[in-house]
Amino acid sequence: MNRCNRLATVVAVCLGLLLTLAGPAAAALDAAALAKLASEDANERMEAIDAIAAGGDEAAMRVLTALQDGLLRVTPKGQVFIKQRGSLLDALTGAAVETEPEDLAKISINNRMRSQVEGVMAGLRIFSTDPKQRLEAARAIEPEEKMLATLDKALARESVAEIRDVLEVARAASQLRSGDTGARLAAITRLAGSRDPKIKTLLLALLETDAQSRPLEPDARVREAAADAVRAIDRRLMVYDFAQRLFAGVSLGSILMLAALGLAITYGLLGVINMAHGEMLMIGAYAAYATQSLFRARFPGALDWYLVCAVPVAFLSAAAVGVVLERTVIRWLYGRPLETLLATWGISLVLIQSVRQLFGAQNVEVANPAWMSGGIELAALALPWNRIVIIGFALAVLLLMWLMLTRTRFGLFVRGVTQNRAMAACVGVPTARVDMLAFGLGSGIAGLAGCALSQIGNVGPDLGQSYIIDSFMVVVLGGVGQLAGTVYAALGLGVASKFLEPYIGAVPTKILILVLIIAFIQKRPQGLFALRGRSVEA
Amino acid sequence: MSPAGDDFKGGATTGLSHVARPGVDTSHGPILYLEDITVSFDGFRALNALTLTVQTGELRCIIGPNGAGKTTMMDVITGKTRPDSGTVFFGQTIDLTRLTEPQIAHAGIGRKFQKPTVFENHTVVENLELAMKADKRVRASLRARLSPAELTCIGEVLDLIGLGAEGGRVAGTLSHGQKQWLEIGMLLMQEPRLLLLDEPAAGMTDHETARTAELFKALAGEHTLIVVEHDMDFIASIAATVTVLHEGAVLAEGPLDAVKANERVIEVYLGR
Amino acid sequence: MSAAAAFPVPGDESLFSGRGWTALVAFVIAVTVVVPVLFLAVPETSPLHLSAYAVTLAGKILCYCCVAVAMNLIWGYTGILSLGHGLFFALGGYAFGMYLMRMIGREGQYQSDLPDFMVFLDWKAYPWYWSFTDHFWYAAALVVIAPAVLAFVFGFFAFRSRIRGVYFSIITQALTFAFMLLFFRNDTGFGGNNGFTDFKRILGYRISDPATRAALFAATGLFLAGCLVLTRALVRSRTGRILTAIRDSEGRLMFSGYNPLWYKLFVWTLSAVLCGIAGALYLPQVGIINPSEMSPANSIEIAIWVAVGGRGTLLGPLVGAGLVNGAKSFFTQTFPEYWLFFLGALFIAVTLFLPRGVVGWFVARRAAPGAQGPEAGKVTA
Repeated sequence: MNRCNRLATVVAVCLGLLLTLAGPAAAALDAAALAKLASEDANERMEAIDAIAAGGDEAAMRVLTALQDGLLRVTPKGQVFIKQRGSLLDALTGAAVETEPEDLAKISINNRMRSQVEGVMAGLRIFSTDPKQRLEAARAIEPEEKMLATLDKALARESVAEIRDVLEVARAASQLRSGDTGARLAAITRLAGSRDPKIKTLLLALLETDAQSRPLEPDARVREAAADAVRAIDRRLMVYDFAQRLFAGVSLGSILMLAALGLAITYGLLGVINMAHGEMLMIGAYAAYATQSLFRARFPGALDWYLVCAVPVAFLSAAAVGVVLERTVIRWLYGRPLETLLATWGISLVLIQSVRQLFGAQNVEVANPAWMSGGIELAALALPWNRIVIIGFALAVLLLMWLMLTRTRFGLFVRGVTQNRAMAACVGVPTARVDMLAFGLGSGIAGLAGCALSQIGNVGPDLGQSYIIDSFMVVVLGGVGQLAGTVYAALGLGVASKFLEPYIGAVPTKILILVLIIAFIQKRPQGLFALRGRSVEA
Repeated sequence: MSPAGDDFKGGATTGLSHVARPGVDTSHGPILYLEDITVSFDGFRALNALTLTVQTGELRCIIGPNGAGKTTMMDVITGKTRPDSGTVFFGQTIDLTRLTEPQIAHAGIGRKFQKPTVFENHTVVENLELAMKADKRVRASLRARLSPAELTCIGEVLDLIGLGAEGGRVAGTLSHGQKQWLEIGMLLMQEPRLLLLDEPAAGMTDHETARTAELFKALAGEHTLIVVEHDMDFIASIAATVTVLHEGAVLAEGPLDAVKANERVIEVYLGR
Repeated sequence: MSAAAAFPVPGDESLFSGRGWTALVAFVIAVTVVVPVLFLAVPETSPLHLSAYAVTLAGKILCYCCVAVAMNLIWGYTGILSLGHGLFFALGGYAFGMYLMRMIGREGQYQSDLPDFMVFLDWKAYPWYWSFTDHFWYAAALVVIAPAVLAFVFGFFAFRSRIRGVYFSIITQALTFAFMLLFFRNDTGFGGNNGFTDFKRILGYRISDPATRAALFAATGLFLAGCLVLTRALVRSRTGRILTAIRDSEGRLMFSGYNPLWYKLFVWTLSAVLCGIAGALYLPQVGIINPSEMSPANSIEIAIWVAVGGRGTLLGPLVGAGLVNGAKSFFTQTFPEYWLFFLGALFIAVTLFLPRGVVGWFVARRAAPGAQGPEAGKVTA
């Protein structure tokens, strides 16, 4: 809503500016067309709108805005005025009228007209002084023959290259069915460089055939050129489609990776199957929610930055829960993986129900901060900010974890305990402490993952359940004990899912991926990156 | 109650274990040929072009420092680890690198682990019963009952391993030495041609060790034995040919005294 | 012959020796007889009369007992924890459910030959996999075949690549999850969200008739008794000893010349089939099956029944399934919001404090005070 209002203000200011600059002299409005706005015949009125739009720019915009807002008044003689707060303007000239004529009638507008006005208004905005608006308007233009004049006019005064480019494409598109063959061919050549599916549809229309499969387009050269252009666009679209899916896949992969990294520590390093891992994600997400609520209540001004605070909160709360679980339950179960699995499942049930009691069974709303909403438009790619931030976040977490495991004393201890618990204990590594901290670290990373998840999906008590199976698949596929396996497996699964989904649907994709994992394990039972060693006696 | 190591995932088993036991062709003398075996784990060469031949009926001791590749060699022979390169032949015809663990057991190779590995929740007799040479397919085992001849055989082995009075005891309650004996007994029930024994005397009393040496000497000839040991006195008491492994390859081979006098062996293993 | 040997001969006692064991089967059969009698023959005014609700609940729990016995075969004796047994249960239910759906005939809402959900989705004919399901015996065969084939194929590949322990558990969980998603879909022909329900008759008898209910209950009881006899026979055979050996030391078993693949596959498939049959018996008594039966949570609950009762004991699964489901009925009626707390706490408490389950604990206490024997579990086995 806010944005709309702001936009409206900007438009109004621009308009005012234009009016003062251009003055009444710029009025190139046709009085007859204006009068027709009040016609009884709906078609006539719509023609009038087109005529006004085609004829003028600033003045036309003023009239049409007034029409939209229901401010146009007409005298019985067909003189049109704009009624503003306290004053009356002559619609034709924009000059203020001192004495209000009698018998002013309101010019009403129906829905059909309204959408038509919106359409032409969008076209008119290409004359705005704000380049951003001009670009937006240029993009929104529906290519039609009647727009040519407007486009020519706009091109004549446009100096920004990017906008010119868009305008030229629109012009070419509008020219497809008009003018001489030379111009049409030139237009088609211009359009072949596009990557817009809409342009492709326009070009395809040139290739249509009638019922007897005779081409509708009489000119063979045009048909040929159009076919070439379509092929060129298809190639380009394919590349963009590929890139878009790759991005979606990497995005999903980074989420899977975040979710599975914690597991890679707790399972890969400690050998603990933590079925409550998903609930650690959930705790992280609810921590983000709680932080957001706190900011809303206490620091509404800094609400946009709640996420910065939510990250450590999520980590610490999940890590704290993890440490408590390790101390009270899990440490009694080391070396009994199946029992650990059952006990941690029980923990997950308790955690889910606790959250239900605390926050309610309904999903809670965690909003993106303003700086994370929207996205980058990279050519034809739409890259939402929240996804980009999460990919970066996942990389940062990965890097931190790697540093922690390879460059710190704690990491050395963890690796030592992983490789030979008894030996590590003998040389004075406090194994129980290391276990506790490592478990806390794994849980904390899950909390971070949950915090990230809160930015892209629903936050509810069942949040963890929907990720746990996928994260386990990542660990199974990646092999135990190495971060690299987890990273590759997560990205691989993410990308594979996103490339399969458009073809076979989401559920068959899940099933197919499972089948592929089982098939893969036939070939490499230890997963992607398993350590091979002298066999342990079983 | 699965032990911690239970959930490791080993190499893929392929094929069936139900092949009839092929006879071992030892017509040329040797029963086991290892040629150029190399096994590496993440760059570390556990076995480095190991070549070893064992004669039929021989009693061979393998010694060597930790990490010399003794256990890996046994893993390769029993199919637990696949070599990266090299060939393993059992007799003249059986290529062990192509068989699975159960198939190799069927072919006539029995193995005793370093840590005594018996079925802890079964009684001593049940342990022997399960190890016994028999049709080991599912359908046969559903209706299998012990015949009088088999019972007699079990009784004999029980006496041989000194557990005659413990037949009904659950194996998990046996002492370490008794478990070692039970595992040896299980090996005998399998009636193998070749026995691989990883530190069989560990954890035994002197008396038990002496009896083990007697047993091994009695078994040699009809059976072939490969014994991995650290205990030099034990090796001396069974007076066998000794092979010294070092860094995955054979360092020296010969009678114990000759090996003991070998400069290189003294340097890497025995110590000056 | 055992007299000649100086040691107890494995598997030498006869199938029905042992007082406790005979009493167990007798008890199950007694329940099978007594419940229908109290339901049908005792007048409603009598305090001994059982309501239709009670009979349904009892029948449901008996079905769960069968599932627990099947789970015990694979987990308790063989040491393979399946988190996907709900899938086999549901498959049996669905296979038989289609028969019941077709027996509705034109009594459905749309009065069509097709089940309501197919009419609703504008299907014109049965998909191929539902062919012949209007024949009782074919449907009954499907109840066995569907879980058996799935279990065999899945098990073959999983066991062949030596997926063990928690890996196997997790993959079975993913399997049942994938199937749940598949069955949730409307276009797969399994009734989507709503599953199969509104059954009218079975073999021509109205399903709501007290006599039909009683018969179904009795069939379930007999099946449970059968499961118990089968388990006992299996556990006492050499196969049983080999299964336990797989649980305790698979490596030793392989080096003794056994290929664990076929043993695992045998018991895994057998267990899946028992589950499928239990599902088929469950369906007409409870009256509805939908994909949530395949949810991972349901399958893992089966494991806790067995854990509570006592793994690797004959009686344990029955005790566990009875206790947990009894508690579930109680909680969901009186304190629904505390059920998950209770269940969660149960999971934790049993694994921490009662690793042998209720039965295992009693047996260990009775067998030898002080002696923690692995033999303790064997007494009832």
